[in-house]
Amino acid sequence: MSVPANHPIDILRFNTCGSVDDGKSTLIGRLLYDSKSLMEDQLEALERSADITGKGQINLANLTDGLRAEREQGITIDVAYRYFATPRRKFIISDTPGHVQYTRNMVTGASSANLAIVLVDARQGVIEQSRRHTCIASLLRIPHLIVAVNKIDLVDWREERFIEIRSQFEQFLPRLDIKDVKFIPLSALNGDNVVETSRHTPWFSGPTLLGHLESVHIGSDWNLSGFRFPVQWVNRPNNPSDPQLHDFRGYSGQVAGGIVRAGQKVMVLPSGQVSTVKRIWTLDGPLEEAFCPQSVTIELQDDIDVSRGDMLIGPENLPGAGDELQAKVCWMHPRALLRGKKYLLKHTTSTVQAMVTAIKSRVNMTTFEPEPEPQELAMNDIGEIQLKTSRPLVYDGYALNRLTGSFILIEPGTNATIAAGMLNAPQQAIHLEYTDFVI
Amino acid sequence: MSNYYLDHLQYLETEAIHVMREVAAEFERPALMFSGGKDSICLLRLAEKAFRPSDIPMPFLNVDTGHHFPELNDFRDRRAAQLGARLIIRKVEDAIRQGIAVPAPGEVSRNRLQIPTLLAAIEEFRFDCCIGGARRDEEKARAKERFFSFRDSFGQWDPKNQRPEIWNLYNARLNPGENMRVFPLSNWTEQDVWEYIRREQLEVPTIYFSHRRKCVRRHGQWLPVTDLLPLKPNEEIHELVVRVRTIGDIISTGMVESRADNVDDIITEIAAARVTERGSRADDKSSEAAMEDRKKAGYF
Repeated sequence: MSVPANHPIDILRFNTCGSVDDGKSTLIGRLLYDSKSLMEDQLEALERSADITGKGQINLANLTDGLRAEREQGITIDVAYRYFATPRRKFIISDTPGHVQYTRNMVTGASSANLAIVLVDARQGVIEQSRRHTCIASLLRIPHLIVAVNKIDLVDWREERFIEIRSQFEQFLPRLDIKDVKFIPLSALNGDNVVETSRHTPWFSGPTLLGHLESVHIGSDWNLSGFRFPVQWVNRPNNPSDPQLHDFRGYSGQVAGGIVRAGQKVMVLPSGQVSTVKRIWTLDGPLEEAFCPQSVTIELQDDIDVSRGDMLIGPENLPGAGDELQAKVCWMHPRALLRGKKYLLKHTTSTVQAMVTAIKSRVNMTTFEPEPEPQELAMNDIGEIQLKTSRPLVYDGYALNRLTGSFILIEPGTNATIAAGMLNAPQQAIHLEYTDFVI
Repeated sequence: MSNYYLDHLQYLETEAIHVMREVAAEFERPALMFSGGKDSICLLRLAEKAFRPSDIPMPFLNVDTGHHFPELNDFRDRRAAQLGARLIIRKVEDAIRQGIAVPAPGEVSRNRLQIPTLLAAIEEFRFDCCIGGARRDEEKARAKERFFSFRDSFGQWDPKNQRPEIWNLYNARLNPGENMRVFPLSNWTEQDVWEYIRREQLEVPTIYFSHRRKCVRRHGQWLPVTDLLPLKPNEEIHELVVRVRTIGDIISTGMVESRADNVDDIITEIAAARVTERGSRADDKSSEAAMEDRKKAGYF
């Protein structure tokens, strides 16, 4: 995995969210159509379905609504992924339906996104769904947000209406954790300000939607401070024909934070053993250093006990460790969360048992205020809980590191994924005073 | 721009390696589906990247319809041998003889019959997970697929009730009899696949490159003339310079007229293409929801 020197093409992952008739699917259709990412057979298929269901008019939403039930009911059921590219960037779109199961779908579609587009109908302005989607984007710490004020043609391209909606947002944005917000007036149906600058909005000097997607800076979206390496798979060749491999013992995984260098000291957690990186092994030859999110195999100087679920860390920016945790969760299952119930918790590469010891609060989606001590968390609720795990976790606060600060809860028996969790920052970093790890 | 930066292929690669290692760590008896096609060729390289210097810790599985291009099967066998992998082949032919797969009256295509053949192989070897090379950009039912796609004990996919998939935390837990299909190339496009083949200098079967072939025009496509696809009255043979863009059965794979005889030319051709890859697959055109229906029944 060598890093190319000149102008590589990178990938931007973005999520589109809006309520039922905000025109999300139309917007995606328009992006694909105007950036010439649609192919003739896709257009033919659209025209065929237009004859059947659309009274002869092409419905760009049919591009993303791929399942039969979706086309029949004119709705989007599940997260759909779409791909397109311009000479500057590749894009992965996750399109999430706005009506039923919205929290569940949006969390699925947006968890690894660099950017979220919240669609607002210019006629309706900010509604509860817009607030909810923005709140989830903030909770998931999506670094960039675009508020697309759609159907601006239906309010006669009026700047006052655009400003009104922007100030509606600006009233609650300070209570959220989104740093980069952009507002764009557009008409997905007619293509204004999507790919081409609209001649109807001379009062708007910002970029088009695609222009912004192509240029937004995402280079610093990964965590590069504080080495974290959850061991995924122990790499030990059986009966290798190459005698040099007889003693090979490597730890394979994806760097979940920071940078590691050959020759540096690392500590294995939770055991606390210290060793030195002998070699960073890859199929393409050894690396001098590896960084988040590269996948590598690390060999250590010493023969110590390391297995899946352990974490290698570096001496700087230490994580927390503990079996009593506080976290925000999005509840995703019809069976509500109850205090005292046991679940399986998957965090990085380790799965442990976890008991919910307290439900501290539930977020009120209208005011964003926490309501203390609710009885339960129901489907689509977001709340703060306290957990006790059967083994200590080595973790970071989600705000610091998405990969080491997140977990899912799994219901034993059905094996359903029932919650997405974001850990609060640890009260204190792990103690190292009894080791020689501190340099 | 900092040096700590991955370009799009490196990003897709590390994502896919992570997925493959999760499979090796979380499942008891995984298999990797290898047909010899371009997507599964990328899967093999990713498996090498994920697991070397160890052996790839799972056998390769292929469902042979008996209607494969001979070039493809030769390539498949040779590549598996090079990697020292165990290659398991289960034939639709045998499944029909054993009554596992039953053709409808007059059914010539082996496409649907792959499903019971695959499910029987999963049962025979008690595979709990099959890694496949499907991509979300191929087809709109696939656009709704997860990386870890849960199948019930009948092998069925339920698109309305999929497990939420969050961050890179994959829920791999199964009850007995259930099965997972895992798609490490979910986020790859056709263009990415060819760019990866170029970067990694991977060998691909010769039918991807332009060559002379006897074809017949049928349903708007150029189909290869073989013993399995005899001419109908009024049809005539055309000798054309063609290649395949996607490989299905020899009786349903449309050949595209092309002069692209190397990987660079193919990448240029795809970049300029105005038709999708699966536009040349008759099996997807049978109805608007052809792929969805096959997937629900247990297709790859």
